[in-house]
Amino acid sequence: MNLGSTPLIWVTFFPLAGVLIILFLKPEWKKAIRWTALITSLAVFGLSVWVLALFNAANPDAQLGVNQAWFTLGGNQISFHLGVDGLSILLLLLTTLLSPIAILSTWKAIEEKVKGFMIFFLLLEVGLVGVFLALDMVLFYIFWEFTLVPMYFLIGLWGAERRIYATLKFFLYTMAGSLLMLAGILFVGLKYGGFDLTTLTSTANIPLTVQMWLFVAFGLAFAIKVPVWPLHSWLPDAHTEAPTAGSVILAGVLLKMGTYGFLRFNLPLFPQATIQAAPYVAALGIVGILYAAMVAYRQQDVKRLVAYSSIAHLGFVMLGLFALDQLSVEGAILQMVNHGLSTGALFLIIGFIYERRHTHQMDAFGGLWKVMPVMGSLALVVTLSSAGLPGLNGFVGEFNILVGAFGSKALGSPWFAGVATLGVILAAVYLLHMFQRVFLGPVTHEENLKLKDMSLREIIVLVPILILIFWIGIAPQTFLNLIAPAVEKLLSVVSAAGLALV
Amino acid sequence: MILSDALAILPLILLIVWAMIVLLIDLWIPKGRKGITALLTVIGLAVALVLTVMQANSPTSAFSGMIKVDGFSVFLNILYLASGIAGVAISFDYLNRMDLQHGEYYVLMLFSIAGAMLISYAADLIIIFLGIELLSIPLYVLAGIARSQGSSEESSLKYFLLGTFASAFILFGIAWLYGAGGTTNLAGLVTAIPDGLNSAGALPMLLAGAGFLVAGIGFKVAVVPFHAWMPDVYQGAPAPVTGFMSVVAKAAGFAALMRVLFIALTTETGDVTPVLAAIALLTMIVGNVVAIAQSNLKRMLAYSSIANAGYLLMALVPYSNPAVQADSVASALFYLAAYALTSFGAWAVITMMEKGEIQGSEFSDIAGLGKKNPLLAAALSVMMLSFTGVPLTLGFWGKFYLFRTAIEGGFIWLAVAGLLTTLVSAYYYLRVVVMMFFRDGDPDLKYSFWASTVVFFGALGLVVLAFFPDMMFGLATKAVLLLK
Repeated sequence: MNLGSTPLIWVTFFPLAGVLIILFLKPEWKKAIRWTALITSLAVFGLSVWVLALFNAANPDAQLGVNQAWFTLGGNQISFHLGVDGLSILLLLLTTLLSPIAILSTWKAIEEKVKGFMIFFLLLEVGLVGVFLALDMVLFYIFWEFTLVPMYFLIGLWGAERRIYATLKFFLYTMAGSLLMLAGILFVGLKYGGFDLTTLTSTANIPLTVQMWLFVAFGLAFAIKVPVWPLHSWLPDAHTEAPTAGSVILAGVLLKMGTYGFLRFNLPLFPQATIQAAPYVAALGIVGILYAAMVAYRQQDVKRLVAYSSIAHLGFVMLGLFALDQLSVEGAILQMVNHGLSTGALFLIIGFIYERRHTHQMDAFGGLWKVMPVMGSLALVVTLSSAGLPGLNGFVGEFNILVGAFGSKALGSPWFAGVATLGVILAAVYLLHMFQRVFLGPVTHEENLKLKDMSLREIIVLVPILILIFWIGIAPQTFLNLIAPAVEKLLSVVSAAGLALV
Repeated sequence: MILSDALAILPLILLIVWAMIVLLIDLWIPKGRKGITALLTVIGLAVALVLTVMQANSPTSAFSGMIKVDGFSVFLNILYLASGIAGVAISFDYLNRMDLQHGEYYVLMLFSIAGAMLISYAADLIIIFLGIELLSIPLYVLAGIARSQGSSEESSLKYFLLGTFASAFILFGIAWLYGAGGTTNLAGLVTAIPDGLNSAGALPMLLAGAGFLVAGIGFKVAVVPFHAWMPDVYQGAPAPVTGFMSVVAKAAGFAALMRVLFIALTTETGDVTPVLAAIALLTMIVGNVVAIAQSNLKRMLAYSSIANAGYLLMALVPYSNPAVQADSVASALFYLAAYALTSFGAWAVITMMEKGEIQGSEFSDIAGLGKKNPLLAAALSVMMLSFTGVPLTLGFWGKFYLFRTAIEGGFIWLAVAGLLTTLVSAYYYLRVVVMMFFRDGDPDLKYSFWASTVVFFGALGLVVLAFFPDMMFGLATKAVLLLK
């Protein structure tokens, strides 16, 4: 195998090179450790750009594939099969972009056990990239489950006060889902011709009742990860307790593993069950949007507020996916990226404020714009992007989702989109409410008067995200073009199965 | 006995003769230099190991069909002998520290391994019984080797009383089976029983025999409801003895069960599948749920060992389905190997913690280990993740294969239930990690070079082998091909 022609292997495993170097650095050499981690993750980003350059957007199939037999188990081939297609390319780029940003954000925030932190962080990156690229179910499961371990330590070792509770809850919740998925994977692999996704989607003909069961087994794992209401209760705890960089990756990338899972497994493998379940799943998404929006409004802890806003945003993604309409699915995928950018940026800003004031309580703030005008203005852009202001990225995703859902045949009623639109208004309400309480009005606390505005490093951290926020908002077609052919192919599989159903 | 018979079981004969020689030599070794005894023991084990490996490609039958040397016995014997070496390694410094350094300790270990080996060779019920006794009696003594300590004595007595009780069950079961089939040969039973059924009363005899036998072996491997002795024995016995027991006694018990199930009870009338399914389900649930409530590491590992017996049994449930048999045995063997690595690593850490009179093995005693000894704590975390079945450890592939077998055999409900109990297990295994890394404390760990070596070797093996599982899968599968 010629390594030069396998960019996917490079992009997946390059972080391990950084881990290896860091292992041999002394724990006291914090600077060297940080720079090694940063350079490694930047190199991974560079590699993912290389992948993008090689990627042929017009081709709906998995590309740049690496397919190496790993071993056989009782007649089943398990392969090391990686590939990238329109469904995963943007998520790959999102992961590799947010990783260096998150690492750079820890420069001042993580002072203790820097070595361990960076090792776990880079390991997490391997797992995340692997999840989005794996095309063998067992390989996917390995990456999926492996991400739990570094995340568990990131929250448990560098988290806030209730970190042990939060990290255990995170681990157990997620594992509960993935164990059922493992049963599902084994069942599909044994009864329907192996573990390779590319061959499975074209050959598996699973009877409807079995599809329903498998849809639930896989769906639960993904729904917990997303999280879909009512399985969301681990998320606010994990977010509140996680260190900033952990929150950024958790919100930005980890949650997308769930929505991506629906896209990669449930839709193509169990299309008939998908069509039958679509209105119910979409309804759960909408409940999530409205419920999380209301709960978010009442939060005093700004990090918790943003955590609930994540649940609401991912409700939109779920609605878009299960509207099973070209526009809405494209919008949903774009919205995954948008949410990663906006919420990631929000968590970063919250982290910056926390480093200055050591609290997340909104009561402790107020009028911060007067003290830190640069941070205030950047925060405003990010907040508005999260709220879906036209011209910024959030609008494009939500608009596509709602338009698609409005005319969706799978949902069968425009009311889904109608009710969900309320969520857009509510998002504006709680996000602007937050912005007002933190940045506007008079400065109510004396200790806030002396806060320093953003440093150059902090601005550098946010700039790439801001560029993308505007870029996606103004010229979304660049990004949608990458997604469209793959979505078209996916939906043709689903609708073909739908015809068989009628 | 002719020469070819003796050659067939050469590793076993060597081990027993060597044990007696070591016992004699030990008389002349002064108290402070028992390292020589330990070394001699390891040499004996290593030579037997080499001889066993040489047997790998020449399956034979000996002693008029009572002994079978096949891939199955070779795989397990390698496991036992390697476990013996690991057992000596985790014992040596512990025995010095606790002032228990007696030569007979190692000799008893050798005899016990010989018993386990005899079971793996067994093609006859009588041999199985002999093997179980030869395995167990030294273990009763080993459990009580710290005889000045009440807990050790209690452990030994409990183990002895319940163990002999179980042996009686096994013997009784053998008698019933002999009554039904007129033979004690495992393969002979299969051919004899259909005829025997024609005469009135043979069927109840067969079922009673199978029932007693499964119950007796169930005692030995500690599956629910025959598990009650285990936590007390595990907690009271000296830590290295428990570590050794948790691997060798368990593997030997399962070896006996597999020989009986796959050879003698495969006929439709002798099918005990529903019973096994119920026991497996109960064991997985009880073992894991009760483990949560433990505050002592040894007791937690005891319940974890019960739970693991449940998982192993789950793979054996579809044993009467010819299409699944090969996977059923191979997955159990594979899991046993992964379990041995994990278990020895975990117990090795406890041998370094233990203070005598079961002090030093509470959860709170390892608090802060991550700070004090990060490498050791990291290795123990690998063990815990492997027990849980998190990917990139060998434990994951072990569970993967077991659950796959259960699903292949059509026992989807059992596999799903088992997977959910794995979730429960994640809680108590992770508590160890939480204690070591997230809580502060000052653990009193008596460093031992040999025990640490076992820990690191185990952790490394668990991670590295996880990337190349096909090697071990291959060995396990080969063991099955030669089983019949």
